[in-house]
Amino acid sequence: MDTLRSLAPAGEAAPVGEAAPFDDAELAVLRARFPVLRRTIGDHPLAYLDSAATAQRPVDVLDAERDYLERSNAAVHRGAHTLAEEATEAYEQARVAVAGFVGRADDELVWTRNATEGLNLVAFALSQYGTGGADAGDLTLRPGDEVVVTELEHHANLVPWQQACLRTGAHLRWIGLTDDGRLDETQLDDVITDRTKVLAFAHASNVLGTVLPVERLVERARAVGALTVLDACQSVPHLDVNLVDLDVDLAVFSAHKMLGPTGIGALAGRREILDALPPVLTGGSMVEVVTMESSTFRPPPQRFEAGTPPVSQAVAWHRAVEVLDDLGMDRVAAHEHALTERLLAGVTKIPGVRVLGPETATDRVGAVSVVVDGVHPHDVGQVLDAAGVAVRVGHHCAQPVHRRYGATASTRASVYLYTAPSEVDAFLEALAGVRAYFGRR
Amino acid sequence: MGSLDQLYQQVILDHYREKHGFGMREPGTGTRTAQSHQLNPLCGDEVTVRVALGRTGADDVVQDVSWVGDGCSISLASTSTLHDLVVGETTSEAGALVGAFRAMVRARGAAEPDEELLGDAAAFVGVGRHANRVKCAMLGWTAFEDALKRAVVDGQLSPGGSTVSDDEETA
Repeated sequence: MDTLRSLAPAGEAAPVGEAAPFDDAELAVLRARFPVLRRTIGDHPLAYLDSAATAQRPVDVLDAERDYLERSNAAVHRGAHTLAEEATEAYEQARVAVAGFVGRADDELVWTRNATEGLNLVAFALSQYGTGGADAGDLTLRPGDEVVVTELEHHANLVPWQQACLRTGAHLRWIGLTDDGRLDETQLDDVITDRTKVLAFAHASNVLGTVLPVERLVERARAVGALTVLDACQSVPHLDVNLVDLDVDLAVFSAHKMLGPTGIGALAGRREILDALPPVLTGGSMVEVVTMESSTFRPPPQRFEAGTPPVSQAVAWHRAVEVLDDLGMDRVAAHEHALTERLLAGVTKIPGVRVLGPETATDRVGAVSVVVDGVHPHDVGQVLDAAGVAVRVGHHCAQPVHRRYGATASTRASVYLYTAPSEVDAFLEALAGVRAYFGRR
Repeated sequence: MGSLDQLYQQVILDHYREKHGFGMREPGTGTRTAQSHQLNPLCGDEVTVRVALGRTGADDVVQDVSWVGDGCSISLASTSTLHDLVVGETTSEAGALVGAFRAMVRARGAAEPDEELLGDAAAFVGVGRHANRVKCAMLGWTAFEDALKRAVVDGQLSPGGSTVSDDEETA
């Protein structure tokens, strides 16, 4: 299990280690598996630098979903016919694979519609006096309790907690950021206290790219007895993440950011924590005995999976994690680290362009957001698109972190395992021309 | 950058640099005013438009359109062209202009813009080819349409000899 390296805290060797980026020949073979990368935009080859929003899918994943649908499609966990058995087998094998990819057992992984739903599931489960969970201490939020997040959260890991606090009378607090885009760790002991019931934080920022010091955050949370909830959407696709090594109680991540399909995400957590949570969505598939008066519920993960599940999506996600495993997450991380360094070196040289977040690639993933002086991000994105460069513009569902750095919106380039250095260069060249385009005429 | 220049016509960039009617102004004596704030939640762009209506004979006439905003070149420049177009028009003429502009930017680039009618605002015809930018182009116009409706229905009547705001005095 030596590949399951925990994310090194700041100061230690970055998650790059001795692994090498993909060389030109490897990258060419790899890119050939992604049909969409052959597209052109006008006269330009597509330079897809929006993988932090959604990743492209290789033929392996597309074929896996299609093969399943053409051969074994059926409702799972019911029916005695061959297709139903094959479908159930494929569906549950996918659970084993995706759970294993992050170091969890299959009964510790709940399928959700997306990561947002996973976070909402937890926030609702912790804020209702529902029944059905085992007794594993009192996890329910009550008046006087505190929920702690950070200032760099995606709205999906902020708004559900705001709402949970409104429902329960708990109080929301947050850990601020330093001017250079890191978590202000000097605030940890003041903000995370004996009153803290939940510490929810992103593993990596979707705007700043900053990788948070999970180990120290978890250590502090453990010291005060707080539940830890990790938004791993921007880390699991890019780094070698083992949730058991990280020692977080609950974590969410999403298929479509890691070569898989949309419509499916996961909540992965410690068995005893999941077992303690009451169901949120109720109905078919999650019950044991139902009478006209009441019902009993199945253990996790089925307790949280009411209704017809996303079966073909799970099958496709299974193939996606196999592709990632075959490539090796250490090499994926090394490849993206090199691209991130190239991006940062390039953007910091362009006059009038400011990076939101760390300007070094240490403890950082390859999402690089910039503010172009005097040019609105929409206009930046339009100019880049005319050069075939696809980036994200706007607030990236993270308004507070933009406000923290004096911006309402930004332009974000993000890399993935299939990104070529030439695409980064196309972005840099087009970005360097943006201010001239709006200023020269 | 052929397609880009079709979108960002020179006249648009000019209005972006020098925004006509920009800044909130106190309404003139005897005008009826109202304002509207419009926000595009997807990108955070926002525009506030204040309309001052005066009376000419039997008609309500747009005496002034003052506005502030923060947004992309398309949203700010289009509000600037709006100002040039509707000031001095009757409320019904102004409403018709909004309708013509909306029809043009929603035509997916297929519209033949009526430059006679829309003036500089005709330059936004290219926005129709970029679905994500139509909302940008409409932001200020939507604010104007809303403010106009409010001014007609229950606009604040500006008393005679109205005082000038502090902002204006120091400006």
